Amino acid sequence: MNIPSDLRYTANDEWIKVEGNLGTVGITDYAQEQLSDVVYVEFFVEEGTTIKQGEAFAVVESVKAAADIYSPVSGLVTSINEALMNTPETVNDNPYGEAWMIKLEISNPSELDKLLDASAYEKHCQERAGE
Amino acid sequence: MFIPHTDSEREEMLRAIGVESIEALFQDIPEKQRFPQLELPPALKEMEVAQELQTFASINETSNELTSFLGAGAYNHYIPAAVDSILRRGEFYTAYTPYQPEVSQGTLQAIYEYQSLMAALTGMEVSNASHYDGATAAAEAVSMAYHHFRGKRTKMVISNALHPHYRETIRTYHRGSEVKIVEDDKQHSEKFERLADLIDENTALVYVGYPDFFGRLFDLTDIANSTHGAGALFAVSVNPISLGLFKPPGEFGADIVTGEGQPLGIPLSFGGPYLGIFTTRKEHVRRMAGRLVGETIDTRGQRGYVLTLTAREQHIRRERATSNICTNQGLMALAATVYLSLLGSGGLRQVAELCYHKAHYAAEKLTALPGYSLTFPETPFFNEFALRCPRQVKDIIAFLLEHDVLGGYDLGQDYPGMEHDMLVAVTEMNSREEIDLLADRLAEVSYD
Amino acid sequence: MTEPLIFELSSPGRRGVTFPEPDVPRAPLPVGLTRTILPLPELSEVDVIRHFTRLSQLNHAVDTGFYPLGSCTMKYNPKVNEETCRFPGFLQLHPLQPFITVQGALALMYHLQEMLNEIGGYAATSLQPAAGAHGELTGVLIILAYLRDRGETQRNKILIPDSAHGTNPATSSMSGLTVVQIPSDKRGNVDLEALRAECDDTLAGLMITNPNTLGLFDEHLGEICHAVHQAGGLVYGDGANLNAIMGISRPADCGIDVMHFNLHKTFSTPHGGGGPGSGPVGVAQHLVDYLPGPIVDIIEKSDDDLPPLFSFVTPPKSIGRVKAFHGHFGVFVRAFTYILMHGADGLRRVSEHAVLNANYLRVHLRERYRIPYDRVCMHEFVAEGHWPDAPDVHALDISKRLMDFGFHPPTNYFPLIVPEALMIEPTETESKATLDAFIDAMGQIADEARNNPERLKGAPHKTPFGRLDEVKAARELVLCCQLTEGPAQSEGA
Repeated sequence: MNIPSDLRYTANDEWIKVEGNLGTVGITDYAQEQLSDVVYVEFFVEEGTTIKQGEAFAVVESVKAAADIYSPVSGLVTSINEALMNTPETVNDNPYGEAWMIKLEISNPSELDKLLDASAYEKHCQERAGE
Repeated sequence: MFIPHTDSEREEMLRAIGVESIEALFQDIPEKQRFPQLELPPALKEMEVAQELQTFASINETSNELTSFLGAGAYNHYIPAAVDSILRRGEFYTAYTPYQPEVSQGTLQAIYEYQSLMAALTGMEVSNASHYDGATAAAEAVSMAYHHFRGKRTKMVISNALHPHYRETIRTYHRGSEVKIVEDDKQHSEKFERLADLIDENTALVYVGYPDFFGRLFDLTDIANSTHGAGALFAVSVNPISLGLFKPPGEFGADIVTGEGQPLGIPLSFGGPYLGIFTTRKEHVRRMAGRLVGETIDTRGQRGYVLTLTAREQHIRRERATSNICTNQGLMALAATVYLSLLGSGGLRQVAELCYHKAHYAAEKLTALPGYSLTFPETPFFNEFALRCPRQVKDIIAFLLEHDVLGGYDLGQDYPGMEHDMLVAVTEMNSREEIDLLADRLAEVSYD
Repeated sequence: MTEPLIFELSSPGRRGVTFPEPDVPRAPLPVGLTRTILPLPELSEVDVIRHFTRLSQLNHAVDTGFYPLGSCTMKYNPKVNEETCRFPGFLQLHPLQPFITVQGALALMYHLQEMLNEIGGYAATSLQPAAGAHGELTGVLIILAYLRDRGETQRNKILIPDSAHGTNPATSSMSGLTVVQIPSDKRGNVDLEALRAECDDTLAGLMITNPNTLGLFDEHLGEICHAVHQAGGLVYGDGANLNAIMGISRPADCGIDVMHFNLHKTFSTPHGGGGPGSGPVGVAQHLVDYLPGPIVDIIEKSDDDLPPLFSFVTPPKSIGRVKAFHGHFGVFVRAFTYILMHGADGLRRVSEHAVLNANYLRVHLRERYRIPYDRVCMHEFVAEGHWPDAPDVHALDISKRLMDFGFHPPTNYFPLIVPEALMIEPTETESKATLDAFIDAMGQIADEARNNPERLKGAPHKTPFGRLDEVKAARELVLCCQLTEGPAQSEGA
């Protein structure tokens, strides 16, 4: 399972990459594997939407599950990856790259402190696998 | 009867389970509530039950024994024998929802064909596998519009000339939600001006009947444009037989088409089971509630069909699902599929024309009688029309019944002020003689 | 084995049925409203019959074999039902005929209402809801109407056990309620402490399935209902599993205020390939006024000379209609036929044998399969379709392999609280010989899971179709055939 060390994670399996006050958000390799083949991605937000930490901004569907995707931090959405709506399979193929979901301007950087680092997230995944 | 166990098998099974008696399997139920003595009629043998049911049936006076001009949302059409012959195949009617596609291709392909036929008939891009009936399909259309705008538009503008049962069902479904239903109040208006006035920026949906409850057919171009101009969705409720002859709602730009599928080979059966038609444009497919069948291939490379987009349904999304619908109206959808396959485009057009011409003959004949006129003389109609009568309709219906004629529907029941207006339906089943008979009887009805 | 689509079998100009020429003059058609293209298939009657007969042969059905689909009660559908519902005196009735002309139909509906009241212990029943989920919506709307009528607008929370059908939470949110999930305890009951912690003055009610989806009769049902009632809430019963308890226990006696019946499960009306169902709703006395209308009642009592006069009445505080007309009458006739053939003792025998069959399967299958809540079950039980020493084999593989033995698989992956769930409901109409054959097949599959797992992963082998690609279907989304293309070649037929 791929868990890049330069990202922060939520317990709900979203990742965020922070560059200055800009964040890029997607779902993790563990999440895409749990969902299996993704067939659909739909966004609830658009450019210019302000979202709060923990607010759902998209839904990802596979043939056996549908998962809401929550924002790891609060902020202003600056772009969404509309390409995913036509090529949902990239969520399975490249969850940390091509299948990023939204970019946002982080409004409260202190929220980042509550997120998991790579090793804490890895532990979180292992715990669930052991259930 | 339907329990095949012999005494010795039962004993053997109890021994395997390790209990003395069947009663011992029910120890989890508190003794006070265990084994109530139900008071039900004594059991009948098959022969007796068939006779008993025949007694109930024979008390009724059927639409065929009477001369019927009753429609108002359910119509007496001819059903070719081949339809029921297919419906009575146990492989269809004793199967369930096709959860396991490898052993359900018959049901799945039939639904796929149903979806294709409904899309073609209504002029839309996609159809679901059906809803319970025309009323619940209408209620689901309202839910769909609400979810389409994510709750940001809450007003539903509904024509007062949509079937009264459908309007009531919509209201019941949305009792607990923030959806606001508004209706125009002038069913006598022959255009949609009043309806168009109600459309605003909060409007999610505009809903009209085509033909409407009074049988009227309007050109929907203007109301569709007004609706879309405000950014709202446009929904149309149809009688599918009329679409054998008239422009489908898709050509007027409808976003959602619903309707009662009963006229397509489904018996009147005192109101059900019927068939809820629901079609839409492809862009809305994920907000359309209900089962959906899609094409795919199997491991052997054969074309096959599966239930698809199931992740949006209740069994996966649970409280996040937009509808709780679980089944479709499978066997009734099959009836419509077989019916349309037998008739084809030519046959459906023929049935629609017969309805149209006979209804117009009836209208001409009846309005020639003193004291009778069309309630909406300026508007085209399909197989049903509102007839203004010289006396209260409830009296006329009682009078006709004495002569074994089922008159039309008393519009005063739903529309205050229309106590003199009777909705008269005519189908291919009504002969010229029957229509003439109705005219003769009505001629005997004098003024108040 | 594929069958061409009906559109592919079309030959322009062919007709399956034609109608007489009009016996009246033709009227002019309105200008600008007629359609030009009507792309329907054109076939002869024999083409149509063969097509749909061949399609039917691709189905597994109760009439072709064992169908132990948990929570669906796939019992045998008596053939006499199919005769009685087609008597012309029922089939040819218009729903809006004057009530005086349909006294037989109204009497039948009235008696069916009374029978369901008796079986469930209810004061009144509305036959209108079209299916189980529709009955749920009706029931929840009744609860809300009752609470709102009493001025209790703050009650917006509904409790739903984690073992519930997905329709329960979906229904609740349709009705504007907030769903709180209640966990199950170690014996498969509702966790009573967790339930009590949620019983406050925001509680609208509880939706409970009993026996629950594990096939267990909740050992604390009385206490559960009491806790909800104490807090001012009402209890909704999902009647999906009534087949276990007819004449055994009445839901209303246990404290369930409102419940839907599934005529298509418990009362042997056919499932129709996914409908029509029928989901009448029974209510206790305090909810009678809120039932969806109209329902059938006696408006003039019988006397020495005349039978009672039946008519439709609308309850005074009715939530309103939930569909057009009066419900699935054709289904009522079938259910009424079935109940008349059984009587009180017969219905109890039905439930007893449904429970006997399920327990017989349970004690045999537990030798090879883990049964997580292994105690005396009601009409169904849940096994795990997975073994630690056969890690690649899943419940789905077992299900697909069962098809090779001529059996319909159990319900898969439900309830959600059991991993790799196989939910098995044999029903009372299956013989010991059928159950034994199923047990043998399940045993052989358990062996194959260790010896030849590939045999399971590649299953089914003997069905007309192999596994279908659901991912392709969902991604490409072909939902109807493209009519613009010419008739395609028929494939391999």
